[in-house]
Amino acid sequence: MSQINMEVSQKDLQLNPNLKSKPDTLTRIFFQKFTKNKLAVIGSIVLFIIIMSAVLAPWIAPYKFEDINLLDKLKPPSKEYWLGTDRYGRDIFTRLLYGGRISLLVGFCSVAGALIIGVSVGAVAGYFGGIVDAILMRLVDIVISIPSIFLLITVVTIFKPSVANLILIFALISWTSTARLVRGEFLSLRTREFVLASKTIGTKSYKIIFSHILPNAMGPIIVSATLLVGSVILSEAALSYLGLGIQPPTPSWGNMLEDAQNYTVMLKAPWYPFFPGLLILLTVLCFNFIGDGLRDALDPKTIE
Amino acid sequence: MSVTTAEGMNEQAYKKESDYILEVKDLKKHFPIKAGFLQKTVGSIKAVDGLSFNVKRGETIGIVGESGCGKSTAGRTLIRLYEPTSGEIIFKGRNIAKMSEGELRRSVRKDIQMIFQDPYASLNPRKTLKAILTEPMITHSLYRPRERMEKLNELLEKVGFNPLFINRYPHEFSGGQRQRIGIARALALNPDLIIADEPVSALDVSIQAQIINLMEDLQEDFRLTYVFISHDLSVVRHISDRVGVMYLGKMMEFASKKDLYEDPLHPYTQALMSAVPVPKKKGVQARERIILKGDLPSPANPPQGCVFHTRCPAATEICSQMVPEYKELKKDHFVACHLY
Repeated sequence: MSQINMEVSQKDLQLNPNLKSKPDTLTRIFFQKFTKNKLAVIGSIVLFIIIMSAVLAPWIAPYKFEDINLLDKLKPPSKEYWLGTDRYGRDIFTRLLYGGRISLLVGFCSVAGALIIGVSVGAVAGYFGGIVDAILMRLVDIVISIPSIFLLITVVTIFKPSVANLILIFALISWTSTARLVRGEFLSLRTREFVLASKTIGTKSYKIIFSHILPNAMGPIIVSATLLVGSVILSEAALSYLGLGIQPPTPSWGNMLEDAQNYTVMLKAPWYPFFPGLLILLTVLCFNFIGDGLRDALDPKTIE
Repeated sequence: MSVTTAEGMNEQAYKKESDYILEVKDLKKHFPIKAGFLQKTVGSIKAVDGLSFNVKRGETIGIVGESGCGKSTAGRTLIRLYEPTSGEIIFKGRNIAKMSEGELRRSVRKDIQMIFQDPYASLNPRKTLKAILTEPMITHSLYRPRERMEKLNELLEKVGFNPLFINRYPHEFSGGQRQRIGIARALALNPDLIIADEPVSALDVSIQAQIINLMEDLQEDFRLTYVFISHDLSVVRHISDRVGVMYLGKMMEFASKKDLYEDPLHPYTQALMSAVPVPKKKGVQARERIILKGDLPSPANPPQGCVFHTRCPAATEICSQMVPEYKELKKDHFVACHLY
């Protein structure tokens, strides 16, 4: 395959010496492999729709999310209310759009925070090794051994469960898996010959970390980040379900589910819990499919 | 202009220095074995255990030995990829064994470079050739940015590589091509000494010859000094001026190529040499093959006395008790053996 490619481009180059050989081959290989995975592609499309509709909620939504209309309590899906109304007569479709904003925001921001902490800790531990590694990894062990759901509940009861607080807490408890992963990658990459070659050249440590090791560890990091977004969205939903997450009237998928957990609601409007539940399921599923697709596409062993 | 003055200054410095560009004195590299909850050191692997030799400017030193004898560790310790446990590495008159990383970067890194064994692992798969080859120049702020491309093309031409492929990634090249890139990277800093750690053992035979010839040509062009580490006795014989034989972290014998290959003194060297296949010729009697018994002992627990006595066909009482002195038997012919 590549042999033919080379010959062709060699001919091209002879004809036109100014022609630059394609510099983006790695990216192209990545896209080729990613698009081969049908589930990952479908997941990306569905997730894109979910994200866009959340971002564009103020323009799409037919009502305001806090608008109460007590005359139209628990209406079934209709032309007027596409997905029905809740027990205060608020439009469920509108609230789902706005709820997506919160859920996705919490998911992405928490994971971004977790990545910053996790990658830094893992990189330092893995690159320098020895006593630094031992101390940082014991710290990771300690954080992992804290039962997170109880910590979450405690912290949320003490502090106000605002979006910012939630993001902070999720970031602070979910960086450990990333740190371990990055450390492992660094441990194996730092003894690779191209890293040694950079050392003999005299390249400084921070440059070796950022320009040689990190790009090669990016695959597993991206994959774990995708999966982590899904799990944070789930945790947020679970917390909201317990009434400790995002506080009403601000909607999130989790607290809408909680809202639907009411005897009369369950009896009179069984479709209500179905929609936020479905969205959580879909979103997490999409993230997992994309994560799997990325894992295969970014695996350097198949690039070779 | 500036190049000539720099070279002139080099010439002067060269005259002032001793004949040797590199002198290694009793170099040791022990890797600690850690165990238990507190990571206590329970022992050590004596990968390099008292290595001494010297390298004259412009020559090629071959270092041979079987797998696990510590020759690669020795190479990596020489270039300070590993922290030496003890001993001296005197490069151009300065002991670099205990130098700090910053000091190394300022004054030594540029002058010693390394060619690695595995051409697939020694190039960053996510960097283009251009990035790989300009990294040394950027790190040491050599040349003005505009001149770098010119230098780069020059380098690639020297190693016989088409400069048109400069924006490509390593995975698009064959093993031999990659090894050429590895050599070009080592040359980018215009070093004095190149440590080649089995540079051809991962390549197939026809490519091996190309790379060896290339290295010989470059040695003349750039006035390079090589330390050539290999387990391939024929390749070492072809390229080296002097050869050292390592066994279990120690230098057994160190002599000129002629002396070592035609008149090996140490029983281990004799055993090694008898393993080299020779073409049958009329009138030349086939040599007797010396088969060594047993395996290479563990470097974590090397034998008492002479490390080779457990497998030596000529071992006597004293060999298991006393470490033989590494002495200069004839001019430039060093042996560590109780027989002499």
